[in-house]
Amino acid sequence: MIRLVGILVGLGFAFVALLAFGVGAYNAATDPAAETAEHAFHLESEMPEGGYSFTGPIPSWDVAQLQRGYQVYKEVCSACHSLNQLAFRDLSELGYSEDEVKAEAASWTTIPGIDPTTGEAVLRPGLPTDGFPAPYANDVAARAANNNAVPPDLSLMTKARHNGTAYVYSLLTGYQQPSAELATRFPDSMPGPGLNHNPYFANLNLAMAPPLSDNQVTYADGTPATVEQMATDVAAFLTWTAEPSLVDRVRLGWLVMGFLLFLTVLAWLAKKQVWADAKRKD
Amino acid sequence: MSFPWAKRYEPTNPLMKFLDEKLPLPRLVYDAVGAGYPVPRNLSYMWNFGVLAGFCLVLQIVTGVVLAMHYASNSGLAFDSVEHIMRDVNWGWLMRYAHANGASAFFVVIYLHIFRGFYYSSYKPPREMIWLIGVVIFLLMMATAFMGYVLPWGQMSFWGAKVITGLFGAIPLIGEPIQQWLLGGFAPDNAALNRFFSLHFLLPFVIAGCVILHIWALHIPGSSNPTGVEVKTESDTLPFHPYYTAKDGFGLAVFLLLYCAFLFFMPNALGHPDNYIPANPMSTPALIVPEWYFYPFYAILRAFTFDFILPAKLWGVLAMFSAILVWFFLPWLDRSPVRSGNYRPLFRKFFWFGLMPCMAALFYLGGTHAEEPYIMFSQIATAYYFLHFLVILPIISSIERPEPLPFSITEAVLGSDGNAVLSDNAKPVA
Repeated sequence: MIRLVGILVGLGFAFVALLAFGVGAYNAATDPAAETAEHAFHLESEMPEGGYSFTGPIPSWDVAQLQRGYQVYKEVCSACHSLNQLAFRDLSELGYSEDEVKAEAASWTTIPGIDPTTGEAVLRPGLPTDGFPAPYANDVAARAANNNAVPPDLSLMTKARHNGTAYVYSLLTGYQQPSAELATRFPDSMPGPGLNHNPYFANLNLAMAPPLSDNQVTYADGTPATVEQMATDVAAFLTWTAEPSLVDRVRLGWLVMGFLLFLTVLAWLAKKQVWADAKRKD
Repeated sequence: MSFPWAKRYEPTNPLMKFLDEKLPLPRLVYDAVGAGYPVPRNLSYMWNFGVLAGFCLVLQIVTGVVLAMHYASNSGLAFDSVEHIMRDVNWGWLMRYAHANGASAFFVVIYLHIFRGFYYSSYKPPREMIWLIGVVIFLLMMATAFMGYVLPWGQMSFWGAKVITGLFGAIPLIGEPIQQWLLGGFAPDNAALNRFFSLHFLLPFVIAGCVILHIWALHIPGSSNPTGVEVKTESDTLPFHPYYTAKDGFGLAVFLLLYCAFLFFMPNALGHPDNYIPANPMSTPALIVPEWYFYPFYAILRAFTFDFILPAKLWGVLAMFSAILVWFFLPWLDRSPVRSGNYRPLFRKFFWFGLMPCMAALFYLGGTHAEEPYIMFSQIATAYYFLHFLVILPIISSIERPEPLPFSITEAVLGSDGNAVLSDNAKPVA
């Protein structure tokens, strides 16, 4: 009885699934889905030439690079993008001394605070324990200032996008004029007013204007500030902000793997010894 | 319970004697997973996954309890509290990655455990109850994992919760009230997040209780084995300890190697980048998918795209739940007296060339965009899935001619069994 009911139920589900398949196949054959502009023109992100010190089997942070990237964030990105998950004290991991961190925190002067005498809201210089201040008071202010688009928080950007480090680098260096082919085949996907074409962005058009231009920052270490260089550095910095534990994690991982490999060999030998008499054919 | 030749617990140490008289807990352990539990001597490494699943459950409870000490189940704080764990809590990143990847490891192990059951028909008499409890455990795991994925309150948490609770909305008439009752509102928000956290903390202990029932039920007939021939004499078995503790120890070490490779070198490979974006009810992600371990059922859900009498969405929901519920009926659908797929030529063909490719396809298709040709493939795979369990299995179990079984486990392992001489189908001794 169970089998009879089962066979009927099974045939029922299979019939409806195949019916849906038939309808879908008929629709696909008679009215194939048109190719989308994203499908035809979106490009996969690529890493900068030369790669990074934090990829590969034994990663490390290039502290000078992270400092340059921080400078790019501070002088360029921070005008519109927050870094909510980070505090100034975190900068000590970028090779700054305690005093340098204090000075750096104090150089940010727009930390929301309370006047200790009147209790009124004021803006004050930062302390190492403060978080990075957001550029806008709220999303409405952010929208109003940015052509109705909210600049996303950058703390986790490289983890919030597929292949994130490459994505940040590619997006920053990928601005270009839309091709003539895009204009003829997908006129609707041409950048509208206030939008900019970038094949690394999911829907090809983003509100952010090209943020970097050559020599926009002056690096303290004398590195020439090309767009490529700044994009490479800030992508490295944002990889660190997204995952400060990355290097420690992978390095610890090798120790753990070494230990586990040793354990596995021991466990195998123990198993072999225990089973030796059970395998014997007597 | 157990076999008459099972070793008996005889404590010599005065403390253990005292304990055994007042509260025989050591005896319980000895009889359950010690030398007092005789196990077929021919178990392959496919029989390691029960112990590994138990390990995963403990791992998830331990890491989860630590995470709960630092997590804030409030829709305004949840996302940042997870980042607080990742950045500011000592070893917090290790705990969180261990827990997130531990869920995936748990499901890898449990799927292999279930597929082992399919191939060797571990659900057949006298082990139906073990199987039924096992399916209950799987359902509880799915509920727990789903609610756990909501807790970080990222984009995929929010939209996943919205889609999955929205399934109840497909039920005619009472669907929408049920959905609102489950969520405590019209959309996932603080009420939903809080109750999911509460249940996510509770259910693992319910699972632990069911695991105890699962093992209890297992100890009545004893473990099955790759030949599917039941244990006959003492020479068919070995004591669990030290033989299978040693074998499971090696299996556990290999498991830990693979698990730690993910944990330390690619902890986000099995997650979705969108979940690092805070939940935003105003912005729908381009692709809403659950975690990989739900892909087969998600593919089945999305395969129904045509309104045939009932709305397509309702068909999808019914099919998705039926896809798991059908496992409950396996002991009565597959009536072949032979258990092991090793001796069932037709069953074996359908297993390797039907069910396994079908499952592989569903695992892949559940994570793709809902567009052609993926939907068409998932429709074919879905049709096969139901045909396999509900039509093909009952039919082959009545038309198949199984291959000859070994007389006993001992004969299968050693090539001959002295006891076989005593039986009717003994081969002439040369």
